[in-house]
Amino acid sequence: MARMKFLCDADRCIECNACVTACKNENEVPWGLNRRRVVTINDGQPGERSVSMACMHCTDAPCASVCPVTCIFSDADGIVLHSKDLCIGCGYCFYACPFGAPQYPRVGNFGSRGKMDKCTYCAGGGGPEAPGSSEEFKKYGSNRIAQGKLPLCAEMCSTKSLLAGDGEIIAQIYKERVIKRGYGSGAWGWTTAYHEGIAV
Amino acid sequence: MLVKRTQGQTRQGALTGTFATQTNDINRRNFLRRSGIAAGALGALGTLSLGTVRKAQAGPPPRPGIGVETRKSICTHCSVGCTVTAEVQNGLWIGQEPTWDSPINRGSHCSKGASVRELVRGERRLKYPVRLVNGQWVRVSWAQAIEGIGNKLMEIRTQSGPEAVYWLGSAKFSNESAYLFRKFAAFWGSNNADHQARICHSTTVAGVANTWGFGAMTNSYNDIRRSKTLLIMGGNPAEAHPVSLQHLLTGKEVNRANFIVIDPRMTRTAAHATDYVRIRPGTDIAVIWGMLWHIFKNGWENKEFIQQRVYGMDEIRQEVAKWPPEEVERVSGAPGEQLEHVAKIFATEKPATLIWCMGQTQHTVGTANVRASCILLLATGNVGGFGSGANIFRGHDNVQGATDVGLDVTTLPLYYGLAEDAWRHWCRVWDVDYEWMLSRFESKKMMESPGIPSTRWFDATLLPEQQLEQTNLRAMVVFGHAGTTVTRMPEAAKGIEALDLLVVVDTVPTSWAVLSERKNDTYLLPAGTAFESSGTRTASNRSLQWYDRVVNPIFEAKADYEIIYRLARKLGFEGPLFKNVKVENDLPSAEDLLREINRGGWSTGYTGQSPERLKAHRDNQKDFDVVTLRAKDGPCKGDYYGLPWPCWGTPEFKHPGTALLYDTSLPVKDGGGAFRARFGVEYKGANLLAEGSYPLGSEIQDGYPEFTLAVLKKLGWDKNLTPAELAIIEKVGGSNADAVSWSTDLSGGIQRVSIEHGCIPCGNGKARAVAWSLPDPVPVHREPIYTARADLVAKYPTLPDAKQFRVPNIGFSVQKAAVDRGIAKQFPLILSTGRLVDHEGGGEETRSNIWLAELRQDMFIEINPADASERGIKDGGWVWVTGAENNSKARMKALVTPRVGKGVAWMPYHFAGWFQGVDQRSKYPTGADPYVLGESANTITTYGFDPVTNMQEPKATLCQIKAA
Repeated sequence: MARMKFLCDADRCIECNACVTACKNENEVPWGLNRRRVVTINDGQPGERSVSMACMHCTDAPCASVCPVTCIFSDADGIVLHSKDLCIGCGYCFYACPFGAPQYPRVGNFGSRGKMDKCTYCAGGGGPEAPGSSEEFKKYGSNRIAQGKLPLCAEMCSTKSLLAGDGEIIAQIYKERVIKRGYGSGAWGWTTAYHEGIAV
Repeated sequence: MLVKRTQGQTRQGALTGTFATQTNDINRRNFLRRSGIAAGALGALGTLSLGTVRKAQAGPPPRPGIGVETRKSICTHCSVGCTVTAEVQNGLWIGQEPTWDSPINRGSHCSKGASVRELVRGERRLKYPVRLVNGQWVRVSWAQAIEGIGNKLMEIRTQSGPEAVYWLGSAKFSNESAYLFRKFAAFWGSNNADHQARICHSTTVAGVANTWGFGAMTNSYNDIRRSKTLLIMGGNPAEAHPVSLQHLLTGKEVNRANFIVIDPRMTRTAAHATDYVRIRPGTDIAVIWGMLWHIFKNGWENKEFIQQRVYGMDEIRQEVAKWPPEEVERVSGAPGEQLEHVAKIFATEKPATLIWCMGQTQHTVGTANVRASCILLLATGNVGGFGSGANIFRGHDNVQGATDVGLDVTTLPLYYGLAEDAWRHWCRVWDVDYEWMLSRFESKKMMESPGIPSTRWFDATLLPEQQLEQTNLRAMVVFGHAGTTVTRMPEAAKGIEALDLLVVVDTVPTSWAVLSERKNDTYLLPAGTAFESSGTRTASNRSLQWYDRVVNPIFEAKADYEIIYRLARKLGFEGPLFKNVKVENDLPSAEDLLREINRGGWSTGYTGQSPERLKAHRDNQKDFDVVTLRAKDGPCKGDYYGLPWPCWGTPEFKHPGTALLYDTSLPVKDGGGAFRARFGVEYKGANLLAEGSYPLGSEIQDGYPEFTLAVLKKLGWDKNLTPAELAIIEKVGGSNADAVSWSTDLSGGIQRVSIEHGCIPCGNGKARAVAWSLPDPVPVHREPIYTARADLVAKYPTLPDAKQFRVPNIGFSVQKAAVDRGIAKQFPLILSTGRLVDHEGGGEETRSNIWLAELRQDMFIEINPADASERGIKDGGWVWVTGAENNSKARMKALVTPRVGKGVAWMPYHFAGWFQGVDQRSKYPTGADPYVLGESANTITTYGFDPVTNMQEPKATLCQIKAA
């Protein structure tokens, strides 16, 4: 069984934000919510690097461990999903997440924030709504996985920096790149998310 | 480390919604997000609720039981030419999918390309025609609008003649619309028809064409994968052409190529460079001569290449000798050792390519900059082969094509010029009588004189008529051109007010609608985006791509073709204008328009790209190689993708197009070529034809002039012409058939025969290092009009005042006055402008696209930390920027960053809707105001025009910044 992961090759990311608008386009995410964003360090200085960040769909996801209503779960592909029917908008997941992924539609404390929203790896909601149905879309956005497609953010990445797919395959692609070009600053966030790095 | 930072920012942000983070790191993105979310943008949104997911009435997912169609178009945001695959159900565009098969983008997009669906269905589009009545926008029907506009135009024509109307077209036109618009202007009787190339790469086209023949990128984005050294000088493709970075970074990785960036700013592109050289804005020639100084001194030049294929390099040596490292550093700030290192790499680690964009072109010395760049390539033999060349990244999606098809004040389509021969050529193609055409114009003189450049239209409106070589402009008809991208906006605002008629045809109202205090005689007409019509566009690499209509024009918008047709009908010349073009339901056929271009575009090889061949390329994208762009298999086998021009001969001749210009390693019939013999056969006794260099398989193994019937006869090759071809040649030539050339022969016979003998129809000449026809035959450094280095003006002054393009260019007087008045003391910071990745051009469309607008919510100015601290300016704080002319001022936020050097400030030019501190939101038609407004950079920019093209100077002027 495939284990789906994200990998951002920071030596290729140019902060073009294709991933951000592709996500908006595919999932019709409204203004103010960002399931994906690009973070730049050393902006304008030597050593400037950018990396695209969203829910990494962690192994033993910390958000799931802290959720008081256990609405967060991993599916068979390792994709971390949640039920908006159960979510009470408490915000605990946000504190637990190392990547700042959970988003809330309103500003305020606890329940008044509304149901948590985050990257679904373009895998819809995981039920009970039918995959690809408009009910599912309204709550969670697109279900590309059900159509055998990968998340649009990675598919549309301008420089093929953001990779999505089976963890072993994308790790292999990254390794080959690093060997060919002779440098690589590592797979950002992998140790935190998946408890492993990529040895080259 | 990165993870931690992410945490900190997003936690704060999402919890409080104000981004009141205590972080000290300087980050443009943070800054923008922080500043925007809190105040302006959300307030501006008004009706938009922050619901979890927007109601999906006109969007995904597909409804069950109804078919979903897939259509291919092309992104409208830059010249890379990314294929957009659209999913359409019930006439609604419901999704975008990656296009893996496109050899150009291989599925990828940038933020703009990934959001084009919103461009089409955006809520802030102009939805119906409106007219300004006593300062209020009033809805009118299309018929009323066309009637009112037509009557006013005819009134102006009767009173002041055809030259009183300005036709400003667009680089977002298809080739067919741009061609039609140029033709329309000709039938109206004026050469006052221009588009964004004027402010983008007009100096490139002039500089490059004057050096080696054709005004375009010599290689392609894809070909950069084969470079060993990439030198990017005056360009920031990571933001302006993001998908090109896929090819650039592959070259860098696979070849372990050198990736050198020379720029005043440490750009997002420079973040990936192996070498970065910071220079003072406006000193490109000094830097290039500084590199050549090392190259000549060390003998790194390619002597054989120069001997065979270059004219005048010895004169260049004399100029270069004046630029030892000390002088280069004194003028440009670039350290000598660093330049020696870069020069050595460029000259010796080959193939090397030189990439430029508007950092070189947008200067008073733009043409000379470009020429110096060409000379660097020529001296090192880095042109005419794979991995090398002048990779000039054009701006808009069809700025190359619109230039090619002649939407330009200096020429008819395909660079034929404006002389009588050119008019006669196109009258033959258009099937109209030359005398009738002449009668449309004020005079033969006006018919053959270049019109007013788009940078000068308001001078032609405001200056006293005795200073002009034509009547004052009284009407502007603007199709798809931002109101904010031309310099000196305070004067443009006055110009708009002085007009008797303003017509804006666009998808959004644009800043033209709000900039002035006009009260009447102003129309806004809703145009469809390119996704609402079909046609071809030419990417920067000269490939033509056919694109389909994704959806019918939405709201009351109409396709450009139809709007032009309706206007022509009202003005009474739709009959001759569309003589060879089928018109159905008022919509002219794009296919027929392309066929007409094919019938006349011999000079540039726009003849082989028939609609049928281009559609076959669209349908078989998978067969084309990502490096060479050549089809390995399938029905297009052997063709280069998009039949990059020149694609010689008729479509039936099946020329594959030319992926690399001037490449002698291939036969001409396979895309080979040579420098064009455009400048004669000799100059002052020196041979201008190539010596011992010729395309592979050429029967003439030396240089030769352009082909004419007379040349064919001399060679005895005229016998290879078919009787039908000969008949056409004789008809074209009349009594002087021998003079009919490869570019005027409507049969294509001369091209066919010369190519079958292995020869290139335009001749095999030398490139000109010395272009004697230009104001500076050898490029020389000249200080910007408003320079921070007044001490250098005496030695490097700008050119004397002169009259160009019917208007005066008083740059010398302005520069002298600025120095005499000590302007640089009052305005000590050098001001430069440029692009952000999420916006394009004036930002008129992208600031109305909700997904892009959210990413950039505030106008800002970048200022170095040292300059900021001297002025007490804080990162994110409000500042007033003041300019050196018009008492101009603009209020925006400060971004304190070492991205710019000390003494330099930088602004993006995508914003509008605030003018000198005043919010103009209320002046937009209801519901059509962009999500994001801001001050325009060009409010602050100043006088200065390139003598060859009247390119403006937005890259090097002066300003002062104060905390607000």
